[in-house]
Amino acid sequence: MLAFFKNNGYKILGVVLIGYALIAGLLKSLPDMGGNMAQTSRNVFYHVPMWFTMYLLMGISVVYSILFLLKGKDRFDVVARESARTGMVFGLFGLSTGIIWSRVTWRELIPSDSFAAWWSWDPKQTMVVVALMIYAAYFILRAGIEESSSRARISAVYNIFAAASLIPLTLILPRMLGGLHPGGDDGNPLENIRLSNEFRVVFYPSVLGFMLLSIWILELRVRFTLYQQKFEDVE
Amino acid sequence: MKVNRQSTNVLRVFIQLLKREAFLEWEQKYTLSGILFYAFCMVFIISLSLSRSVNPAIWNGVFWIILMFAAVNSAAKSFLSESQGQRYYLYQLVGPGVLILARIFYNALLLTILGLVILGLYALFSGFPVESPGWYALCVVVGSVGFASILTLISGISALAGGKPALMAILGFPILVPFLNVLIRMSKIALDGLDKSLIQPDLIFSSGMILLSITLSYLLFPYLWRE
Repeated sequence: MLAFFKNNGYKILGVVLIGYALIAGLLKSLPDMGGNMAQTSRNVFYHVPMWFTMYLLMGISVVYSILFLLKGKDRFDVVARESARTGMVFGLFGLSTGIIWSRVTWRELIPSDSFAAWWSWDPKQTMVVVALMIYAAYFILRAGIEESSSRARISAVYNIFAAASLIPLTLILPRMLGGLHPGGDDGNPLENIRLSNEFRVVFYPSVLGFMLLSIWILELRVRFTLYQQKFEDVE
Repeated sequence: MKVNRQSTNVLRVFIQLLKREAFLEWEQKYTLSGILFYAFCMVFIISLSLSRSVNPAIWNGVFWIILMFAAVNSAAKSFLSESQGQRYYLYQLVGPGVLILARIFYNALLLTILGLVILGLYALFSGFPVESPGWYALCVVVGSVGFASILTLISGISALAGGKPALMAILGFPILVPFLNVLIRMSKIALDGLDKSLIQPDLIFSSGMILLSITLSYLLFPYLWRE
């Protein structure tokens, strides 16, 4: 019984937290942001955790790429690859929730017949697309190398090099350029969320919940891949 | 004393490698003239399609796109042109660290010259709406050095991954985008002749990115070679 909770406790916690974030996030009364933000501000509980989770997974991916270069264990390469893949999925979720959110929020400011209104060229949005491009290139690179040991080594080098270009890009550049997101030069109504406890009590559990969920997904993916490799070796 | 001798030794190897690169380049004039021809054609074709009247912001953006493509095209050859055997021979002879630094330095020189040549050609064909030319030239130099520092390792990666031609662009473009973004901002300030203090944060930022990618190239390159 105790062993069950030791192995699965984080999964249960993750599911409970996400359940709480879904229910409380949609039902809780929140300070009015005014205008379109009155209700759409709830998206902060679901959109932002996607990014946090993506950064976590990409961080794990880089750490395991470094570990692979230092130690050379195949398992590390599997973790690096699978966490990059899972991170990409969360990145796509974050991007799509963000696009819809900004469309709804700034609807009045943009001409409704303009298709470009779906894309706001917000620096963070742009940079996240670059991040996704980098990981797409990472998988194209992997697909292009036949031999498995050199594939792991070369793609680990690319992963580290590419991720390093992401650090200044996602954290520093958007702050320099301003935009729709908090932390830029332009005023964003969501700036107030940082101060508001009503948001915090749902936001932080939600972030933690999605992170734990992603770790669960990652663990399943890694185990699945390792078993697959084992069976391929037997055959 | 020993350390000192070793460091001068490394420096000698570094200069030797630079000489070797330049010598090989000069020997097989094919690559160098190919790069120049590619740059010329691109500038000419793009200027032709832009026609004469173009607004400065577009002029600037198109210039950087030309420069980026030329850089990717010319940096691609820095590892592709040699065979596997030559690679291992060089690696055994001088060590990977000094080799990648020499290649980055050489590429930086080559791309700076190429960048300034492209700027001249582009000015000839499309006009030169720049308010402060000195600062703009500085942006071109910073951009070329940055392209070299990023693309040299990428060239090594794509050479070891089988040297497929499109791989260089696939791997290089996503990493170049943020750098290009800063360059366009920075050069736009020089273009409009605004206060130079506005350039400073971008200049520091791009220098930081150059230093970061050179350091990482130096650290990661040995792993790329190891079998």
